[in-house]
Amino acid sequence: MAFKKNRRSPLAAVIVMAAGLALTGGGYAAATAAVEAVKPVSAVASADQISEGRKLFLANCASCHGKNAEGTKAAPSLIGVGGAAVEFQVDSGRMPGQASGPQLQVKKKQFTDEQIDALVAYATTLGNGPDVPTEEMIAANGDATRGGELFRINCAMCHNAVGAGGALTEGKYAPALKGVPADHVYEAMLTGPQNMPVFNDANLTPKDKKDIITYLKFVEENPSAGGYELANLGPVVEGLFTWIFILGFIIAITIWLGAKSN
Amino acid sequence: MSEKKLAKSGSHNAEHEYEGGLAVIAPDAVRDPGLEPHRTRMTDKSVKHEKAAARQVAALFLVSIAGSAFAVYAYFAFPITEALGTVRNNTLLLGLGITLGLFGIGIGAVHWAKTLMPDAEVSEERHQTRGSEEVRARAVEIIKLADSESGFSRRKLIRRSLYGALALFPLPAIMIFGDLGPNPGDTLRHTMWKKGTRLAKDPTGTPIKASDVTLGSVFHVIPEGLSELEHGKLEEKAKAAVLLVRLDPADLKESDERKSWSYDGIVAYSKICTHVGCPVALYEQQTHHLLCPCHQSTFDVTDACKVIFGPASRPLPQLPITVDAEGYLIAQSDFTEPVGPSFWER
Repeated sequence: MAFKKNRRSPLAAVIVMAAGLALTGGGYAAATAAVEAVKPVSAVASADQISEGRKLFLANCASCHGKNAEGTKAAPSLIGVGGAAVEFQVDSGRMPGQASGPQLQVKKKQFTDEQIDALVAYATTLGNGPDVPTEEMIAANGDATRGGELFRINCAMCHNAVGAGGALTEGKYAPALKGVPADHVYEAMLTGPQNMPVFNDANLTPKDKKDIITYLKFVEENPSAGGYELANLGPVVEGLFTWIFILGFIIAITIWLGAKSN
Repeated sequence: MSEKKLAKSGSHNAEHEYEGGLAVIAPDAVRDPGLEPHRTRMTDKSVKHEKAAARQVAALFLVSIAGSAFAVYAYFAFPITEALGTVRNNTLLLGLGITLGLFGIGIGAVHWAKTLMPDAEVSEERHQTRGSEEVRARAVEIIKLADSESGFSRRKLIRRSLYGALALFPLPAIMIFGDLGPNPGDTLRHTMWKKGTRLAKDPTGTPIKASDVTLGSVFHVIPEGLSELEHGKLEEKAKAAVLLVRLDPADLKESDERKSWSYDGIVAYSKICTHVGCPVALYEQQTHHLLCPCHQSTFDVTDACKVIFGPASRPLPQLPITVDAEGYLIAQSDFTEPVGPSFWER
């Protein structure tokens, strides 16, 4: 039949696909490069930003952290904590703290992004500390398998194997990691907020951290292969579900089996 | 007891029977209510109900047919591809179809039997466990005959040698059970750590410098060379896993004999819980509590990892560490006590 005959060379399809891939790949690379160029790194902070940050600090933070961020009995010194710690605490809404308790809660952000950048810029002038990571450092394009192994060794004991969170001592807890922005995850590893230990770059290299972020992203985007997760909280929840619903169903069927028909 | 007596006591007459001793036989607390009066089913009384029940049974069988057909459809419509989520859809929908297929048949059959098949009630009384006198006498006769024919009582040599054979027969089992596994020997008392072994990161095996361990850091540590082991890697890891943290030296409460076991505030403890051997690794860097996720045993890292909460009964063993000439952390020796949970000879 006529239409079955190859009118084009079989290579044509390959060439078209290669061209398409090159175009989309190149376009994507250009687009991400553009995004990176737009978002400046905190290292290039202007004097205005720093003085704005200092004003914000004096108005909102100094009552606990001290006028020169030297710390008081109520709060630790911020000298040398670096921009990463400030962005994590303020951008996640943990700081300014709302009430004293076992640990600070995530709540609505209290500052605009510009104000947070200013606070970060001010904190950077207080002393050397870990900086806010760049877009490339937190992009979820690492090795998810390797990240999963590192996560299970270093993080899973508190945060659960798929980041569902878990309890610690005396009312403290490791928060769930689902939906936590990648820069917060990176900054938390780097700075060890509250009772979380510090994972410096000698312990988990920037590549390790990127892989862990990739793993978390993978877990978040891929549904569990085993069926309904029941919040991934483990055997207690699964056992409770089985006892109440499955056993309840079996008991109901048994009663029906033994009952006389009406 | 004679037949007559049994019949009497079984009749739940409240009168006590005198049995000759001081014992008093109390009447049953719960009386036999007898059989319930027979109740005619709706399906026997009205044709409408009978037809409805028949339709219900058929509907249940139709559910089963639909379920089985759906299982076949789901197998092809939701194939397992590379995406993990497809495994879940495939197994869930296939399983649901098969469940309905079998469940519909079962429930339908029971409903059929309960509503439409005859509901004549039949009751059978339990018979006595004790045989009649004739049967009992006959049984004794058979046993005696067997004894006399076999000569079991008469032939002492045969009988005693049989007893001996039967007594010795289970003996080889003791040897076989003894062979079930090699004796642990002293493997529970020693780990891979020895003088000069470098502390390395899990899982990469990269050695750790003391300067890498900043304040508040926690390292999950294996002995260097573990990854290169030919066999028994996991067994060795299970014993040798260590948690490494750095504290402000002012926070550390160290006994005189353990003063030299830490290096500049860096301490290394076995990660294996002394309760039932879970990995204890939930370290809180402000409180210096180390929590075991299995049973909430809590250890105080500032105070030789003593138990401050939970079911563990002894502190986590400490690994004595120091640094070598190149600044890498090394073990001074193996653990000075067995790691992990208690065992008999400990």
